[in-house]
Amino acid sequence: MSDRPLLEVDDLVKHFSIKRGTLFDREVDRVRAVDGVSFQIGAGETLGLVGESGSGKSTACRAVLQLIEPTSGSVRFEGREIAGLGWRQMRPLRQEMQMIFQDPYNSLNPRKRVGRIVGEPLKRLEGISGIELRRQVEELLERVGLSPEHYSRFPSEFSGGQRQRIGIARALALKPKLVICDEPVSALDVSIQAQIVNLLDDLQDEFGMAYLFVAHDIGVVRHISDRIAVMNEGKIVEQGTADQVCEDPRDPYTKKLLAAVPIPDPRESRERREGTGSVR
Amino acid sequence: MSSSQPLLDVRGLTVEFTTEKGVLRAVDGVDFQVHPGEVLAVVGESGSGKSVTAMTLLGLTRGPNAKIAGSARFEGTDLVAGGDEELREIRGNRISMVFQDPMTSFNPVYRVGDQIVEAIRAHRPQVSKDEARARVVELLESVGIGDAERRVDAYPHEFSGGMRQRAMIAMALALDPDLLIADEPTTALDVTIQAQVLRLLERLNRERGLATILITHDLGVVAEVADRVAVMYSGKVVEQGTLDEIFYDPQHPYTWGLMGSLTRLDRPRPQRLPQIAGSPPSLLDLPDGCPFRPRCPHEFSKCSIHPDLEARLPESRDHRDRCWLTPEEKRQKRDVKGQIGLEAPRS
Repeated sequence: MSDRPLLEVDDLVKHFSIKRGTLFDREVDRVRAVDGVSFQIGAGETLGLVGESGSGKSTACRAVLQLIEPTSGSVRFEGREIAGLGWRQMRPLRQEMQMIFQDPYNSLNPRKRVGRIVGEPLKRLEGISGIELRRQVEELLERVGLSPEHYSRFPSEFSGGQRQRIGIARALALKPKLVICDEPVSALDVSIQAQIVNLLDDLQDEFGMAYLFVAHDIGVVRHISDRIAVMNEGKIVEQGTADQVCEDPRDPYTKKLLAAVPIPDPRESRERREGTGSVR
Repeated sequence: MSSSQPLLDVRGLTVEFTTEKGVLRAVDGVDFQVHPGEVLAVVGESGSGKSVTAMTLLGLTRGPNAKIAGSARFEGTDLVAGGDEELREIRGNRISMVFQDPMTSFNPVYRVGDQIVEAIRAHRPQVSKDEARARVVELLESVGIGDAERRVDAYPHEFSGGMRQRAMIAMALALDPDLLIADEPTTALDVTIQAQVLRLLERLNRERGLATILITHDLGVVAEVADRVAVMYSGKVVEQGTLDEIFYDPQHPYTWGLMGSLTRLDRPRPQRLPQIAGSPPSLLDLPDGCPFRPRCPHEFSKCSIHPDLEARLPESRDHRDRCWLTPEEKRQKRDVKGQIGLEAPRS
C-alpha cells in the first residue's frame, strides 16, 4: 500500500458533444477536451501540469475530482476507483482532495465572513463547532499568514493575495492528502506570486500533502514541481522531472513553449532572438 | 537618442480622484519623455498608477471626480490642458491605444473590418469606403492575420484571442500614429502568441519608427522589447533608465525585489523564491516618506522623506531613482547570493 501512488489517472477522457438538430438533437461533433490522459502523483509529491489555454488542463482537474463526469478512463485515489462516483459517494473523499482556484475574487462567497468560509468544511464534514471551531479557524488563518482578527471580516476587505490565502486556509482545513491548485497565482501581482508559491511550499513541508499544480506559467510550475506534465490539445505530450522537462525537453511542443517564455535578461534575450529568430 | 526632441514630454503629471473614502492620488508627479521610434516600458503592480497615467494621456480619465495637473506635451499640444476637440483630433490618429483585454475591446455585433474602416473614416472622411477597406486588408496582413481578404468580414468572436489582439493593433495602426500606448497588450495571451505579438511590435518600431509606451508588469516582456524603463510604485516613478541600466545596475530596492521574485528558466531553481514582504499600501493611506518603506529591509531614518527622482550615479544623467542609499551601499545591499534581489525582510 505504501508504495502505491496516491492518485493514479489512467487514460482519462472527457469529450463534450456539440449537438444540433431541429426536432431531435444529434451529435454533430465533439470537443476532445481531455483525450486519454495518464499520470500518477505520489503522497507528498508535486506534479505540475502545464499547458496553454484550451489545452484541457482545467477540464482534467475537474474530471479527476469528479466535478464533471469523465467520458471514460480511470481515476484511482489511494487505490480506490472514483471515476463515475456520484456526489454522495464522493462526499467522504472530498476531505482528502481539496482545490484552490485561480480567481480569488470569485471563488469566495462575498456575503460570508472569512471565519465562516474557512470553517464551513470543518463544520460540515468533521462536525466541529463553537469555540473549538473558532480556535481551529484562527490557527489556520495564522498559518497562512493572515491574522486571527480577520475572522469576522468579509472577503471584499482583502487584497488579491490575501484572498488567495483565505482560499488556501479553506483548502487546508480538513488536512487533505491532495490539493489541486488551478492557476493559483496567475491572477496575482509578481511580488505577491512569490509569497503564495513559498507559502504552498512551506505548507507542503509541514503537512505533507501532494499537489497537482496547474498553470500556464512554466517558470512557476518548474519552481514548485517535482515532476512536470505538459499538456497540449487534450493530451500529455511530455512528462518528466521538472529539471529534465525544462532543461532537456524532448517533445517539439514543449520546446516551442519553452522558447516562447521571455527571459528577463536583455543580453540573453538579444542573443536568443538573433540565434533562434528563424525558428518562430 | 536623448539628444533628439522628445515626441512626448510628461512633467509633473498628477491625477487625483475623489472617492467615497476620500481623495485618492493615483498618479503623483510623474515625469518621463518618449522619443521617436523608442519603446518606453512602464513597469509596476496593480495600483501603481501605470494604466491611469496612460489613460490620462488620452484624456480618458477626465471627469467630474478627477483632478489632473501637470503637463504632457505632444508636438506642441498639451494633452492635459487641451480641449476635448483637440484631443479627439489626436486620439486614434496621432496617438492610439491597445488595451489588455482582446475579448472586450471590439464591439461584438459589428464585423472587425467595418470597425477599423469606421476608425479610419472618422479621422479621414475624404477616404472612400472601398479605399478604407483595402487599407484594412493590408493592415490585417501586416499584423500577420492570414487570409485577410476573407477575415476582414469576420465578427470578433470568430477570431482567437491572439488574432483579436493583432486586429486591435491593426486598428491602432490604421492611421499611422506616431505614438502607440499598449496597456498590457500580451497579458491575456498564451506565451506562444505573446511571442508573436512582441515580434510584431518590435518590427513596427523598426520599420515605421513608431514610438511606444508599453505598460506591463512582466519584466521578461520588458527585456525583449523596451529601450528604456520607468518603474512605478504607488503612483510615483521610483526609478527610470535605459533597459540595461535597469536590469544590470538597478538602484531602487523595489526594482531589486521585482527582479528577485521572478522565476527564471535560465537559472538553477532556488530553494525558495525571493519575495517582497507585505503588499502595496492603499493609496488612501500612504505611509509618510517613501511608499516602499514598510516593505523595504534596507529602510533607515532618512526614508521618512521621499527623495526626488534624480540622477544619483556619476556615470549616467538619465538613470534616475528615488532612494537615499548611496550607489556603493546599493551595489552591496542588492547582492543576494550573487543575484540581484531584496534580502529576506526583517521579521
